[in-house]
Amino acid sequence: MSEEEAPDSRVCIGVSFGNSYSSIAYTAADGKTEVIANEDGDRQIPSILSYVSGEEFNGNQAKAQLVRNPENTVVCFRDFLGREFKDIDPTPCHTSAHPISQDSTIAFNICDDDSGNAHPVSISTITTRHLARLKASASDYLGRNVTHAVLTVPTNFTPAQQEALKACAAEAKISILHFIHEPISSLLAYDARSPDTASPSDKNVVVVDIGATRSDVTVVASRGGIYTILATQHDYDTAGTQLDSVLIDHFAKAFLQKHKTSTDPRTTPRSLAKMKLECENVKKHLSLSTSATFSVESLVSGLDFTLTINRSRYELLASKHFQALGRLVLAGVTKAGLDPLDVSEIVMAGGSSHTPRIASAIAALFPEETRVFSPATDNNAVNPSEAAARGAAIQASLIAEFEEKDIEESVHAVVTSTPHLEATVGLVGAGDSFLPVVLKDTPVPVRKTVTVAAPKDGGDVLVRIAEGERAIDVTVAEKVEKKTNGAKTDDEDSDEASESDDEPEEIRKVVWKATKPVAEAGVAGVKKGGKVEVQISVHADLTVHVQIREVGGKGGVRGTVEASS
Amino acid sequence: MPHTFTLPSLPEGWSADKNFKAIGSLSKPSQRIIEPVGPHFLAHARRKRHKRTFSEDERIQAQNNVKKTEDDDEGDISEPEDPVMLQRDAKDWKGQDHYAVLGLSKYRWRATEEQVRKAHRKKVLKHHPDKKAAAGGSEDDSFFKCIQKATEILLDPTKRRQWDSVDEAADVEPPTKKETQKGNFYRLWGRVFDAEGRFSRNQPVPKLGDENSTKPEVEDFYNFWYTFDSWRTFEYQDEDVPDDNENRDQKRHVERKNANARKKKKTEDTARLRHLVDDALALDERIKKFKQAEHAQRNKKRLEREAEEKRVAEEAVKAKEAAARAAVEKAEAEKAGKAETKKAKEAAKNAAKKNKRVVRGAVKEANYFAGAGDAPAKQVEAVLNEVDLIITKIDNEELAGLKAKLDGKTKAEEIKGIFAEEVKRLVGAGTLKEGEAKVLA
Repeated sequence: MSEEEAPDSRVCIGVSFGNSYSSIAYTAADGKTEVIANEDGDRQIPSILSYVSGEEFNGNQAKAQLVRNPENTVVCFRDFLGREFKDIDPTPCHTSAHPISQDSTIAFNICDDDSGNAHPVSISTITTRHLARLKASASDYLGRNVTHAVLTVPTNFTPAQQEALKACAAEAKISILHFIHEPISSLLAYDARSPDTASPSDKNVVVVDIGATRSDVTVVASRGGIYTILATQHDYDTAGTQLDSVLIDHFAKAFLQKHKTSTDPRTTPRSLAKMKLECENVKKHLSLSTSATFSVESLVSGLDFTLTINRSRYELLASKHFQALGRLVLAGVTKAGLDPLDVSEIVMAGGSSHTPRIASAIAALFPEETRVFSPATDNNAVNPSEAAARGAAIQASLIAEFEEKDIEESVHAVVTSTPHLEATVGLVGAGDSFLPVVLKDTPVPVRKTVTVAAPKDGGDVLVRIAEGERAIDVTVAEKVEKKTNGAKTDDEDSDEASESDDEPEEIRKVVWKATKPVAEAGVAGVKKGGKVEVQISVHADLTVHVQIREVGGKGGVRGTVEASS
Repeated sequence: MPHTFTLPSLPEGWSADKNFKAIGSLSKPSQRIIEPVGPHFLAHARRKRHKRTFSEDERIQAQNNVKKTEDDDEGDISEPEDPVMLQRDAKDWKGQDHYAVLGLSKYRWRATEEQVRKAHRKKVLKHHPDKKAAAGGSEDDSFFKCIQKATEILLDPTKRRQWDSVDEAADVEPPTKKETQKGNFYRLWGRVFDAEGRFSRNQPVPKLGDENSTKPEVEDFYNFWYTFDSWRTFEYQDEDVPDDNENRDQKRHVERKNANARKKKKTEDTARLRHLVDDALALDERIKKFKQAEHAQRNKKRLEREAEEKRVAEEAVKAKEAAARAAVEKAEAEKAGKAETKKAKEAAKNAAKKNKRVVRGAVKEANYFAGAGDAPAKQVEAVLNEVDLIITKIDNEELAGLKAKLDGKTKAEEIKGIFAEEVKRLVGAGTLKEGEAKVLA
């Protein structure tokens, strides 16, 4: 007799459940994250369910039903979950099953069995079925039954919506270990593969998530790998579907020019549905190649239509939307109290981020040193459609071993609500220069160590610790010598501190100034050409511990600054 | 990096206690929510929840990591070694339990290659003949050979499958009918199927589930077991093929015998499994439950229809009864009515008789209109005839009226007047001819 041992049978995947597309990912034991394809081979699985005489279709198969069977096809239901009918915007469902109100929740009047009669199917049933399909795909792929998941949600998802989603997942036999915010998940997908995962640098990141029905901009302060959201912006009017409709209008006009007597294809639902599907494909092609062909059989009354569009034409047509996205990003940065110069990374997520022009339009708003992660600007970029799912899978692998109680305690406000520094703490150097060490918006407690040069001749050295602030120095660039300026405004984030070429008239750069002294210390007898190591620890109660020693030397200076009462 | 940043020299006259002085304090912080995501947050949460400082946490984490690797090394091989097993002869390797030799009897077919490797290493360290010799024991390396043989088999996937196929210690005996009736069906049979599932080419093997499993799940489960694709082989139990080149016939004979034996055992095993699944299916309460549910579903419509028919029939019977009752009531009412009319008729007849008598009596009272003295017989007869004539000519009501007029009248003139009036009326009405009643006119 062999005794049945219960091996740790928890299989935990990351799920990005979007309004239009979902994706699932799994991080294997070797740390490799893989996005899982469903049985059709799609890694971006449309969040669509369709019913044809009792048979359920999901994903791209359901999407194809939008032409022939729109009234029994449910799209864009994620944002409706856990909401009341009066609070939702049913526009995205205009050409498919319409949402209706049903006892304080939302339902779709569809025919999901072979009875032929439409009846209301509640939003939670729909969601449960979709999640069950995702679970089945993941289980098939992994060969093991998926039991747990980490789900991504938008930053403005309410607790009620999370509860509803959790209940649906439980119905689908998935227990949700953790909800994480979509932008943070995308950011994690990037940070997990950066080389300095052990001690990540401090940076401000803008996560731009352009989906099909909504665009979100999130400004995140990343301090030693801990993320704090500084500001968010949501836009439901500039997103993938708007870009599609630009193409729809273009092709519809071209069609009408060719067939002057024909009716407008945008006026018949079936023609419109065909155009929508094809224009989405055209848009995707244009992200990869410089021209794409729109081709629909029997667009209106048996007339076929084929037309090629090149990328620049499309960019011209959609430039209005690209500019709007740029403004949205800038508004987010301003809302966070930052300047574009403070942003060191931009992470592009969401399907529409494949569009090269969007990435370049956003990149143009920031200094050259700001890295933009999108397929168009960075060859090693994570696929923007998969970033959120990957991040969720990484988080899943991190917490898969944890007891659920542990997770609950860790995400409790007691742990997550943390004081953040209001001012940058740094060192004052020769000539009143300022070296930021612990940046503003850093959660405390924090510990930072810097090594700085002592005067050339060595001897006794003064270490002054102060709070500082960042100012933007604007100079008109006609005859500016880069070198002299560079010496004055030395700066840890030196990448933020030099000129931008885009605006030759004006050069903006970051200048640090000490504002409020905190402590002073003297280190005696530093060797010639020696270096001094300063460690600043700020405790949760804002007490500061300072530890200073010469590199390679003995002893050192320690001191404590009490917090103001 | 801040290669251009330089610290200033200590100004003249600067001094402080222990070379450090605090001047100010940090600005007030703002309270924000950090995102509970990522490895660095987990470290933060750990520090915060256990109230550790950075350096404490680093120290404890380092310790934990070290401990973990040590545990892994020790974990796999804590099984005590059977002294009988240690005495085994390596030549009899076919009879040995390879898992027990390596101390993996807890894992058996579940043991990973990694575990086998580790276990082998551990055993080698302990039982290497050189170690025994150093400890002053004999240079008996038979158990060491057992270990090598076991590892050889368990690390070769083909040989391991052959061994696993006949590893009786991993088999789970199916429970008897009595045992399963105590409500242990799912637990006991679940173990059996888990053990049998190791032979499946298709993984994962569906679980038996419990009483709450759905019908498709249960159907999938039994379908899987009735179409079981097993990799079980019985080569391990082959008879040794003689390895000499001299007797080729003998060799072929043994090979043929082995092949037949394998085939036979495989057939037996398939039959055994089928029998086992049959047994489980027969005892499975869920099948009965689903059948009943299905039966109920199928019969639902028929029962509804029957109920409807029954209801209609009952209503018809009720209606019939009501009609019959109404008919009876009606008949009775008619009967009663008839008796009434008969009575009335009789009463009318009697009244008529009485009236006639009164009318006739009235003429007698009037002495047949003969004045005083006896009336002559002729006169009497003529009067009576005419009175009878009048009576026959008038109906009962007129008779009653005539009688009422005559009632109490005793005087011959009055009575005659009344009769004369009646005759006149009858003549006027045309029922009596002029001259027919001469006496009474």
